[in-house]
Amino acid sequence: MQPSSSNFKPNAAAALADSTLQRALAKARSGFQSKRARARSELPEFDALCEQAKDIKNHTLAHLDLYLEIFEQKVTESGGRVHWARTPEQARKLILGICKEAGAHTITKGKSMVAEEIALNPALEAAGFQPVETDLGEYIVQIRKEVPSHIIAPAFHLTREQVEADFRRTHLDLDKDRSLTKPEELVAEARGILRDKFVKADVGITGANFLVAETGSSVIVTNEGNADLTHLLPRVHIVLTTIEKLVPNLSDVSGILRVLARSATGQDISMYTTFMTGPRRPGDPDGPEAYHVVLLDNGRSEMLGAEFQDMLRCIRCGSCINHCPVYGAVGGHAYGWVYPGPMGAVLTPSLIGVHEAGHLPNASSFCGRCEAVCPMKIPLPKMMRHWREREFEQGESPRIQRMSIKAWSWLARRPQLYRRVMGPLIGLLGEWGKRRGNFRWLPMAGQWLKHRDLAAPAGRSFHELWQLEQNRRIREADIRR
Amino acid sequence: MTTSLPDQPRIGLFVTCLVDLFRPSIGFAAVKLLEGAGCIVEAPLAQVCCGQPAYNSGDRADAREIARQVIESFDKYDYIVAPSGSCAGMLRKHYPALFEDEPDMAERAAAFALRCYELIAFLTDVLRVSAVHAKFSGSVTYHDSCSSLREMGTAAQPRTLLRTVEGLTLVEADQQDICCGFGGTFSVKYPDISNAMVSAKTAALAETGADLVAGGDLGCLMNIAGKLAREGSSMRVRHIAEILAGELDAPPIASRR
Repeated sequence: MQPSSSNFKPNAAAALADSTLQRALAKARSGFQSKRARARSELPEFDALCEQAKDIKNHTLAHLDLYLEIFEQKVTESGGRVHWARTPEQARKLILGICKEAGAHTITKGKSMVAEEIALNPALEAAGFQPVETDLGEYIVQIRKEVPSHIIAPAFHLTREQVEADFRRTHLDLDKDRSLTKPEELVAEARGILRDKFVKADVGITGANFLVAETGSSVIVTNEGNADLTHLLPRVHIVLTTIEKLVPNLSDVSGILRVLARSATGQDISMYTTFMTGPRRPGDPDGPEAYHVVLLDNGRSEMLGAEFQDMLRCIRCGSCINHCPVYGAVGGHAYGWVYPGPMGAVLTPSLIGVHEAGHLPNASSFCGRCEAVCPMKIPLPKMMRHWREREFEQGESPRIQRMSIKAWSWLARRPQLYRRVMGPLIGLLGEWGKRRGNFRWLPMAGQWLKHRDLAAPAGRSFHELWQLEQNRRIREADIRR
Repeated sequence: MTTSLPDQPRIGLFVTCLVDLFRPSIGFAAVKLLEGAGCIVEAPLAQVCCGQPAYNSGDRADAREIARQVIESFDKYDYIVAPSGSCAGMLRKHYPALFEDEPDMAERAAAFALRCYELIAFLTDVLRVSAVHAKFSGSVTYHDSCSSLREMGTAAQPRTLLRTVEGLTLVEADQQDICCGFGGTFSVKYPDISNAMVSAKTAALAETGADLVAGGDLGCLMNIAGKLAREGSSMRVRHIAEILAGELDAPPIASRR
């Protein structure tokens, strides 16, 4: 997908002005937050489990090379095949090759952000295949020719009314007078359409929530069971995922699963948790004939051992996104690429470059809510600040901003001069603003005053008054003596 | 702190640039509260800013030099107290990280950091103040600033003290843990997003029907008060120190009276 992250500001302005989007966001965000809060409060050991999950991932990342080798060996032993892709181009080429070899026409897909990352659908379509998204939200986004606005809820930005209109526009074979006012009716309709695709599909492509080194399994969680049908019914199953999804063994997976769904949707566990290990064995009632794992790097190995390594612990629960007031205000599309919200603000510059994605780590008030709700304890604000430091060092941040910060810092290190400059200024402003107590207009304060008034200063600084107070106290003490 | 509290602890008041320039009444209220609890308070002249604008804009070098100067000016005090969770958080949580390449200074900054406190938490947690002698007639809602709440873990302390103000009714707002949209330079770099956030905040505050919003960070309060003023709201805004100290002579923030 072509990034538009450098247009974050206009994207955000458009999002703020879109009343339908604002309605959808308001509804979706409050639900996620209260559900996660309840799930957490109902599990006293939640925080301890998070610490454990963090340790598991840290351990894995410290020995990633080792676990990747074991994983490949186990996949091979189970009859599957691992393909290594350094870049999105390589991953697309590998997948197209497998699909061609399988003589595929219809390709079902489970929801995969990595597939978005490598822009897989346009590549499949261009090669003559028909990819069908099978996650409901992702399906809706596909028929709208959009991209997901949230990593676990692709259609977070839409209202029910919009989805109804899309279904009526797309599903032309169905009765025009059918009722589609209830969410269940929309789900039932999508299910009917997708059943047919599941059965027809030649290749199924899913992502993975975890890869298990011990068994060579890939693990996927869904609430719709669509990943199971994508995995089991076609002749060929391709797991497209990235190297940091690895954990050592099955008990590690079960530990992290306990915090994943609770952080994401507030469920104890998702409806379906599927472990997929190799192709169908003799005697298996179902399963694919061929099983491929495409392991993408796309910049992740460069994050290892560096200041952004902690980000590789991310389990894509979306909790930071659900609790981010900036995401809550503008939605996911404003971020202009695959990963929105705080996790996107850290990850996106790593993957597509800080030149393109420079706004994302800046568009944060550093409120810290993301880090507070992250089950993997990823220091998201700290890493956004790291990006700002890189931008500042490389001269990427706006010149006016750099000059103002430099000037302020220069003055802040010279308290005497600072007071000589600021004293008359606040004296003037204090006098000027005395009548109203605030300003609605001032030169050079346009960005602040655009939406709010500026409190007028009292007129004399604390330090000036404090000196007077000190002198008064000394005189008083003298008199008493 | 593991060391015992001196009889008359010497406090270096880190005034903060906003309080110094915009609202000295908060500094004086802080002095009154600290002196009332038996402290000797000084406000060294060699202070301006904690360095957050530089630090959060990616200008680490300047932030480090400002930090060095603050540590230099304040190191002689038993405690360093700021009427701001955000600036106190900078001194306490971020100064040590600025000196990763200078082991001696890092050690000094780490020891310094442990003596830095936000005013209200210092009163309750270190000085063991459990009640104040102040009056305020009306209902008040307390706004948690993000740094106080998440960085410094201050949430119960201000409410505990506000409840002891005679005549004051404390009412709680919805969505308390959500940012008001200030975020320092964020508010001017992304004014439209900041506006969406502060609009949601003022709506939640207005919902309480309180007469006044109290908070511990002047930045957030100027943001909230500025928005309320623009909206024509009659809700008033003050720093919590002014209420706890009974120092209500200055007009409410961004207000004539």
